[in-house]
Amino acid sequence: MAAHSTAALTAEDFQGPGDTPVFLDAEGQHHPENGTMLGFWLYLMSDCLIFAALFAVYAVLGRNYAAGPSPKDLFDLKLVALNTSMLLFSSITYGFAMLAMEKDDQDRMQLWLAITGLFGLCFIGLELYEFHHLIHEGATPQRSGFLSAFFTLVGTHGLHVSLGLVWLVVLMVQAHMRGLGDANKRRLLCLSMFWHFLDVVWIGVFTFVYLMGVL
Amino acid sequence: MFSNPDLQKLLFGRLTLDAVPLHEPILLVTFAMVALGGLVVLGGLTYFRLWGPLWRDWFTSVDHKKIGIMYIVLALVMLLRGFADALMMRAQQAMAFGDVEGYLPPHHYDQIFTAHGVIMIFFVAMPLVTGLMNFVVPLQIGARDVAFPFLNNFSFWMTVAGAVTVMASLFVGEFARTGWLAYPPLSGPAMSPGVGVDYYIWALQIAGIGTLLSGINLIATIVKMRAPGMTMMKMPIFTWTALCTNILIVAAFPILTAVLAMLSLDRYVGTHFFSNDLGGNPMMYVNLIWIWGHPEVYILILPAFGVFSEITATFSRKRLFGYASMVYATVVITILSYLVWLHHFFTMGSGASVNSFFGITTMIISIPTGAKIFNWLFTMYKGRIDFDVPMLWTVGFMVTFTVGGMTGVLLAVPPADFVLHNSLFLIAHFHNVIIGGVLFGMLAGITYWFPKAFGYKLDPFWGKTSFWFWLVGFWVAFAPLYVLGLMGVTRRVQHFDDPSLQIWFVIAAFGAFLILLGIASFAVTLVVSFLKREQLRDVTGDPWNGRTLEWATSSPPPDYNFAFTPVVHDHDAWWDMKKRGYVRPVSGFQKIHMPRSTAAGLILGVLSIVFSFAMIWYIWWLAALSFLALTVVTIGHTFNYARDFYIPADEVVRTENARTALLAERV
Amino acid sequence: MTVRSFRTLLLLPVFGLLSGCNMVVMNPSGDIALRQRDLIVASTALMLLIIIPVIVATLYFAWRYRQANTEATYDPDWHHSTHLEVMIWSAPLVIVIALGALTWISTHTLDPYRPLSRIDASRPLPEGVKPLVVEVVALDWKWLFFYPDQGIATVNEIAAPVDVPITFKITAATVMNSFFIPALAGQIYAMPGMETKLHAVINKAGMYEGQSANYSGSGFSRMNFRFVGLDKAGFDAWVAKAKAANKPLSRDAYLELERPSEREPVRFYSSVEPGLYGQILNMCAVPGKMCMHEMMAIDAKGGAGKDSHANRARLEYDNRYAERGDEGNAATVGGSGRESHSPEQPQGMKPKSNAPEVKPRGAPETTGHDHSGHGDHGAPADGPKGSDPVAPGQLNK
Repeated sequence: MAAHSTAALTAEDFQGPGDTPVFLDAEGQHHPENGTMLGFWLYLMSDCLIFAALFAVYAVLGRNYAAGPSPKDLFDLKLVALNTSMLLFSSITYGFAMLAMEKDDQDRMQLWLAITGLFGLCFIGLELYEFHHLIHEGATPQRSGFLSAFFTLVGTHGLHVSLGLVWLVVLMVQAHMRGLGDANKRRLLCLSMFWHFLDVVWIGVFTFVYLMGVL
Repeated sequence: MFSNPDLQKLLFGRLTLDAVPLHEPILLVTFAMVALGGLVVLGGLTYFRLWGPLWRDWFTSVDHKKIGIMYIVLALVMLLRGFADALMMRAQQAMAFGDVEGYLPPHHYDQIFTAHGVIMIFFVAMPLVTGLMNFVVPLQIGARDVAFPFLNNFSFWMTVAGAVTVMASLFVGEFARTGWLAYPPLSGPAMSPGVGVDYYIWALQIAGIGTLLSGINLIATIVKMRAPGMTMMKMPIFTWTALCTNILIVAAFPILTAVLAMLSLDRYVGTHFFSNDLGGNPMMYVNLIWIWGHPEVYILILPAFGVFSEITATFSRKRLFGYASMVYATVVITILSYLVWLHHFFTMGSGASVNSFFGITTMIISIPTGAKIFNWLFTMYKGRIDFDVPMLWTVGFMVTFTVGGMTGVLLAVPPADFVLHNSLFLIAHFHNVIIGGVLFGMLAGITYWFPKAFGYKLDPFWGKTSFWFWLVGFWVAFAPLYVLGLMGVTRRVQHFDDPSLQIWFVIAAFGAFLILLGIASFAVTLVVSFLKREQLRDVTGDPWNGRTLEWATSSPPPDYNFAFTPVVHDHDAWWDMKKRGYVRPVSGFQKIHMPRSTAAGLILGVLSIVFSFAMIWYIWWLAALSFLALTVVTIGHTFNYARDFYIPADEVVRTENARTALLAERV
Repeated sequence: MTVRSFRTLLLLPVFGLLSGCNMVVMNPSGDIALRQRDLIVASTALMLLIIIPVIVATLYFAWRYRQANTEATYDPDWHHSTHLEVMIWSAPLVIVIALGALTWISTHTLDPYRPLSRIDASRPLPEGVKPLVVEVVALDWKWLFFYPDQGIATVNEIAAPVDVPITFKITAATVMNSFFIPALAGQIYAMPGMETKLHAVINKAGMYEGQSANYSGSGFSRMNFRFVGLDKAGFDAWVAKAKAANKPLSRDAYLELERPSEREPVRFYSSVEPGLYGQILNMCAVPGKMCMHEMMAIDAKGGAGKDSHANRARLEYDNRYAERGDEGNAATVGGSGRESHSPEQPQGMKPKSNAPEVKPRGAPETTGHDHSGHGDHGAPADGPKGSDPVAPGQLNK
């Protein structure tokens, strides 16, 4: 598959005898490029729009506290900073996994993927702890427009990370079972894009929701 | 049912026997007819032993041509439902004056106009457009399938799952009574308790996933899989419009997903996104849904523009006038369609500057649209126009759509909109562009590409009959609505006090009846053409003397579309090939790499129906179970690595030799 | 010629119909609506400059270049002309520039929020004229009008003196509606918890139709009201008639009136509890609720902190229908207490006058929806029972 993903051929690549135009690729030189990366990239952009909508909603509702608690009352920046570092580290470790994959070093890759997964789990765990704490204090999603938007934006990100974790485990199993063939490499690259994408979104959440909310 | 209400609630959620409308004669008869029709179809399938082929060659097929045809079949079936709703509304409004209440009480009427809008947009227009793009685009760009064949099959079944969910509301429960965009707070948990809006949400969410994925799929196909030599500016116009439409889909549908998800949270969890109280903001819903909704209109109309461009050039026997300006016009429309959403609610009280900004951007869209009309006009100029059925649709479109465009621009003038908004003038306007534009375009496209799909043309007599009934029916049905709008009559009204309005509604109902004859004639066309298929047979693969690559292969095309990938030198590639002495090769065939069929899409579709039904009726155990099943099947599917196979060279040889023989026989 | 005259003959009934009907949008009685009419006519005329040639050319080309006409030029490769391209892009552009200018100016001059500057085309607004203020509340499914300066309120009827500017302040109680009197001026949405404004003037005395132009649930189709243009004396008499009704609109009376009902007869209230419109607008007509403006003031200061649980109940508003046991405007099975597609009317709807009486359903409620205490909702306690055509007993068995 990867061997075929060369630049697209043009009409000039097909030479016939004399001036007669060539209308067919009789030798089968042309192989359509693999569209998976583009397709996945397009999917990420569409997902990005979902987040854009949620960010916009947070921008509209973010100060509608309904005579209730505001970010200053609720957010614990230390906890969130810890949480952010978990996710950032997981992106780095995923990068190491990809480097190992490029060298076809399955064992090392599995190790880095496992570490990535652990960081991801910590992130989700801390987020759940934060949510639990908020709800325990009465700051539920039903309390105000601000909290609805907050829980939904952060929760949607958390759901994506959880989905990424499931995917990670599946890919670890598949890489273990079937080695690092073209298909598996492509899948790991897709997850890599997904994982980094979630990192970028989280930076937005951290800045826009937490930092700007508290500071 | 059960003596223990807790147990019943646990097992069935809020589903009770009351949800099945056993006392409602219209629905019972409908249900009986659907059931009877279903039994006849099932019996027929069993009798003719078609289950196997249907399963193997269609339901599990990843062939873009089969999927395209299935989309169109779905759309035509749903058209019958959507049009039945239209007839019921026209009948109600034609009779309900003064003391006469009509036969539909408000809470039924409300469901009907909501269902009509939802079905016509999501389950008629969208599948028609997606189906046509699916069928035509890979053929036009000289590809063997789409970029992600399985995803294509999955998208189709998700669309079907959405359609089934809407249909289920007819027989189990009720549909939303909120209008097709379900504005909160009316659609919120307080004002719309019950299953109606939940049916709406889940049907759209599921179908929306299908649409989004098929959008991604077709963009990747067009960008990555064009035949060698086909640069962007050598793509056929229909492919260009398809590309722009799919970009719009990918850029618009996520917003719909997000906004419906937030509405679900308001309804299921009790959040305050769109509530009146506790910091919610209903106006935000209206903005968000139209940020999706306005591009949606262009998602529908752009491919229709593409169809008309192909047809005008082909039937005028002339190169398309102003190819480049046609492409730029399409791109400009694509971009501008994101800058106009607010014109759907000038009356919400935005400031004058905001309103006029959105009004003027809306008018600007009419410039590229106008350029397109002129391009078609000058394609006809100095042509030799063959008025076959597709060309009739085109001329009918050009006249009808121009008027619809004019009333649209009129509505874009905010102070004029203040008196015309939500009136029947508005209804007439958007039916004018959606019927006169999208529907005419899709019917023209179906007539045009039918011989490609099935190997025989549609019967021209019945095709023309259908066209004239549609065209005249449209004007008789909607011209009165323009007049009524100017009389200050607003939409979604179930009963009128003023008897002087009645005559207009009676005329409109008669127009709807003419459209019914148009639909019936179209059905007759299909049947008659099937019966006369030997007479109407086309073995050349190029019945209209076409210009683009899809006409270079046989009709119907083989599974692999092209034995050899064509090399493109001109945007009218096939015309160019014919003109410069292309000779069809008869030897040298090789094995061909193809994707393999799979049942995963169908299974996921069925599970989605179960999941949405469980969520709608609060049957939590079933929802959890079906969600789990969805996850397991999805993951299981990723363990299937055997997604492709090779069609052996001798099979390609056999197929191509058969065609060679057929062509020789004809000469 | 004969064909043409025959066609004219065929069109005659259409013209007859058109002249017979009352195109109120094309023939309004208020200056604002009149100017909106003029704008429609001007815009249409501008666009017809290009639309008519296009349609004519389409039909002409279609006929001229038909296959059978071998005399027409056929040039299969002609596909480009810079002159034509410039023309086809610039012709619509010119029209849009003209129309855009017209739009920008008219949108600002006819902005519903902008106070009037003239009474009609020939009369500017005299100095020091005080506009008539009307506060409008869209209820399910009737209209409540407050006249703060006159101290009265009405249901489903407004009156205004001719040639006096009117300032409408518009809100709604539960869902979005649209306040629309076609003869007077364009519409504007009525939304709960928010206030929109409309400035208009009526120039001809008479009775006009008003309606909600935005679908709002079961009783929407009957949510009509009357707008009466009166001379000065007539208006004073109208106000006096309301005062003579001798019926005050208290908070309690409002809360009863607010419950869903349709086809409400016209009502007059001689006096209004002070601040009632503000309470409705701020969603705090129910005693004990926190008003929106109070909430917004707290929010502007950064909220009320963690220990503010009590505020939540004081701010809940959308749930009051459910708490009272009233049916939601667009309830469906699973939330309406009726069977699927039941012939039984939703709450607040009057039964068909000519339909047989709906039999009560003997079976106990399956959804736990509480219907008790609805007995009199068809006619609010202070309603003129005599004029109500429907006996309350027929409703909500």
